[in-house]
Amino acid sequence: MASIREQFPILKTQVNGKPLVYLDNAASTQKPTRVVNAIAQYYNTSHSNVHRGVHSLSQKATQLFEEAREAVRNYLNAESSDQIIFTKGCTDAINTVASGYERLLKKGDEVLISHLEHHSNIVPWQMACERSGASLKIIPMNHKGELEWSASLLSPRTKMVAVNHVSNALGTINPIQQIIADAHAVSAAVLIDGAQATPHFAIDVQALDADFYTFSGHKVYGPTGVGVLYGKRALLEKLPPYQGGGDMIKTVTFSKTTYAPIPFKFEAGTPNMAGAIGLHEALNFMSEIGLEAIASHENRLLLYATEELSRIPGIRFIGTAENKASVLSFLVEGAHPYDVGVLLDQMGIAVRTGHHCTQPIMDYFEIPGTVRASFGIYNTMEEVDQLVRGVMRSASMLV
Amino acid sequence: MTIQEIQSEIEEEFGFFDDWMDKYEHLIGLGKDLPLIDPKFKTEEHIIKGCQSQVWLQAELEDGKLFYTADSDAIITKGVISLLIRSFNAQSPEAILEANTDFIDRIGLKDHLSPTRANGLVSMVKQMKFYALAFKAKTQNT
Repeated sequence: MASIREQFPILKTQVNGKPLVYLDNAASTQKPTRVVNAIAQYYNTSHSNVHRGVHSLSQKATQLFEEAREAVRNYLNAESSDQIIFTKGCTDAINTVASGYERLLKKGDEVLISHLEHHSNIVPWQMACERSGASLKIIPMNHKGELEWSASLLSPRTKMVAVNHVSNALGTINPIQQIIADAHAVSAAVLIDGAQATPHFAIDVQALDADFYTFSGHKVYGPTGVGVLYGKRALLEKLPPYQGGGDMIKTVTFSKTTYAPIPFKFEAGTPNMAGAIGLHEALNFMSEIGLEAIASHENRLLLYATEELSRIPGIRFIGTAENKASVLSFLVEGAHPYDVGVLLDQMGIAVRTGHHCTQPIMDYFEIPGTVRASFGIYNTMEEVDQLVRGVMRSASMLV
Repeated sequence: MTIQEIQSEIEEEFGFFDDWMDKYEHLIGLGKDLPLIDPKFKTEEHIIKGCQSQVWLQAELEDGKLFYTADSDAIITKGVISLLIRSFNAQSPEAILEANTDFIDRIGLKDHLSPTRANGLVSMVKQMKFYALAFKAKTQNT
């Protein structure tokens, strides 16, 4: 553990005169030095524009960029690297699919999302439905923050089911395998928003049989500004491109443009090479630690934090699903989450407060927001103790 | 007292605290003591929505002086509100329009008036000034 923490210089930062306790990993993880170095080295030694140049540097940059694509393929166990599309983030990946579906959907079609979605997996589908005349249906949630999945929510009109693998607000791990199997029985495609799953456990898109899987670079210890869209070949080939521009075309005349094959059809303009190369290094970092080791470490932190926080009088956990990733949302009775967050910050403890871009979940629980602690690979049991002491101290000041 | 004098007084008061806990305990106490806003003003019309906490603000003019009442769902936000109200209450619209809120920085609560906090306070200060502007215009017209 000490050797892992050593790789993250930011963890030595002082905040308000106290050593930083960083528990906002579900919003963004910190970056190990090797990721920062990989980006610097790329710019210092290998940068040029990709895919077009015949000169050596361009070839080198292209090679590194395409190696990053192959690394993502391997990480997700996708069939082929041309099914890996680099986007500017997970939101952008979802929008790529939703904007394509906007043109494929017809009036009367249905898109099914869940009550547990982040706004980024709600709004793009609302927009697609609004413009295409399709209707948006919601998978309901119970008081534990678990989806109440039933195949009866599907119909022959269901064309797309978009659901997150893990809830960013509550940490619930959703039964996506069942959802995918049921959706396929009515020939609906399934998009899995994996932003909160990829940091915590191994993903095998083929075993899941997901049609689309998206995730974000900066939540897996990689840089911001890069994300990934995986899709099944036939679906990606059918999906209209999101943006037009250079690199995504085969031929252009003023009367008609033919598009490049996948993945380039979806990568208009100069891509984020440095981001992809940084992501490659981040995935190496995670693989070297081992996804199982990461999952079991974070699970220990989650269980310990849940147990210790539950001793605080007036604590209320929001999201008590049986199956959870290392995200812990809670409230202290009589204290606004904002106030708790402000006081914890004074103690150097970084948590997230608010609605976490999931207003429908907050509305369900009739709360303005929660305090959310989310754990990453570098967090320690001592940091959990500090959180617990911090929450107790905040509660004694506020209530 | 002028706004300047009141703000200096607040600064002096906060100068007694060397550690953050005492300062915040004082702020929380001020928040709890903030006179309640008349529930009839806790409407959409008076709400200032922040992403995290929200503020209700209402103002009246009496004998050429402005009187504000406000509320928030977060107690620390309410504490900062109470400082703003204390410095602006019973002042003329002209004086309020000329005043600034730099004293908040000087007492080490700058972050609370930062737009990134999303607590509604930045908009609240603007709204307080809008009230002053509106009442000034109204008095000049009558």
